[in-house]
Amino acid sequence: MAQITFITNDNQTITLEGTAGSVMALAVENGVSGIDGDCGGVCSCATCHVHVAPEDMHKTGPASEIETDMLELDDNANEYSRLCCQIEISGALDGIVLTVAN
Amino acid sequence: MKNSTLPDPFEQARLEKGYGEMDDQNDPVTMVLRLKDVRKCAHNWKSYSSEAVPGRIVVPSEVNIRDMRQIPFEVDPPRHGAYRALVEAWFKRPLQAEYQQRLTDQISGIVDQFVGQERVEVVSELALPLQSRALTLLLNTDYGESEKWISWGTHVFRSEGVALDGDKATVLYDYIDEQIERAQKQPSGDLYSVLLDSEIDGRKMTPEEVKGVLVLTFAGGRDTVINAVTNAIAYFAEHPESLARLRQEPDITGRAVEEMIRYFSPLTQMGRVVMEDSQVCEHAVKADSRISLCWASANRDAAVFENPNEIVLDRKINPHVGFGFSHHNCLGATHARQIMKILLQTLAERVSTIEMLDFTENIEELDEFKRKVGFHKLSVKINPINH
Repeated sequence: MAQITFITNDNQTITLEGTAGSVMALAVENGVSGIDGDCGGVCSCATCHVHVAPEDMHKTGPASEIETDMLELDDNANEYSRLCCQIEISGALDGIVLTVAN
Repeated sequence: MKNSTLPDPFEQARLEKGYGEMDDQNDPVTMVLRLKDVRKCAHNWKSYSSEAVPGRIVVPSEVNIRDMRQIPFEVDPPRHGAYRALVEAWFKRPLQAEYQQRLTDQISGIVDQFVGQERVEVVSELALPLQSRALTLLLNTDYGESEKWISWGTHVFRSEGVALDGDKATVLYDYIDEQIERAQKQPSGDLYSVLLDSEIDGRKMTPEEVKGVLVLTFAGGRDTVINAVTNAIAYFAEHPESLARLRQEPDITGRAVEEMIRYFSPLTQMGRVVMEDSQVCEHAVKADSRISLCWASANRDAAVFENPNEIVLDRKINPHVGFGFSHHNCLGATHARQIMKILLQTLAERVSTIEMLDFTENIEELDEFKRKVGFHKLSVKINPINH
């Protein structure tokens, strides 16, 4: 079980609880705006881009090479960027704060 | 080789040089073949522009058959972004449950019509009607309109055996003009009316701009969807185990859709006009010449995809560019993904096997490359599941 907080572009703060699956799927199920997850989580659409709070980066680890390749051409990307379809929910994420990029 | 296989004609050139060359009506194209390069060039709109003479970024070029600009497709940032923002929410409607239910009703109706029949010609009898009816949902227009679109045949811009046909394009343009006039007189909740009522730069969109969006919607989503649907049916005809797997593991349907889009790459390439002398893979490209972003080649790049020439139904990481990449990624992708997802679900639920009877391949002649993109005709027998 992990509590995950999303801050959307329209400044809503949404805290959700998840146990398994990807962070993207949790966000889509709960209608977090700015996270579409169009491709269903195979890392092809980049519609699940979030910025991890700097102090929470150790919980997710850095982006994989495939993610980095996708994100390096995204104007909103920075060192805290992740595609959240590639973040699996586990207890390790508890308390994490993610700012939706779009 | 199986009949449903789409070979990769770009492999050798992609490995050896990273680019290919195509003449295309005396307006040469340097084809960018590697995934990383395709992405970089797609993102770099300042060097590789979409805002050329209308029709020029399409390969084969449509310069000789149209002079109207497709929107937001043939506009560069930042103006592109303003148009895109206007239409983005509308084209995400396929994520709504009601939209998906109506699409499911349409697709299951079409599949039911042919299950158990001796023969169905997939391209004209199944894929074209499916694509046309689904388009009534995307435009939020009368279902009956689809009959007219079906009557136009499989190619809006092409006649049988003729590369490009201006007369055929005129049929579409005239139709859209009529519909815009109708929407001006009697606004409704359809895409024509919504666009006519929307504002850009503090003014209403002009009928010409509305037409630009509609032509893009009709043209961009026709051959591509028809090819994807037809290729999926050909694939299942030769891979009954995949159909059975989707039945047993419906959770992988989304991945299967992405993998088919990667493998089929229904749109082979898209062009850009070079704005300044530059280089692609150490190959000089001159200002005012063209490059193309070859999605079909990038999607078989072994530097990124393991077993690129196989359909791996549950491929977990699949950063394909089948819907393009960056600013101009496919506006209709949400709609197309839903069509494919519901088609796969419907086939898995109702169909045991598909027998391929006969076919004619659709092969694109791209000078040094010949790419099979699907079928002109594909006749099959679709066998039901006996519950």
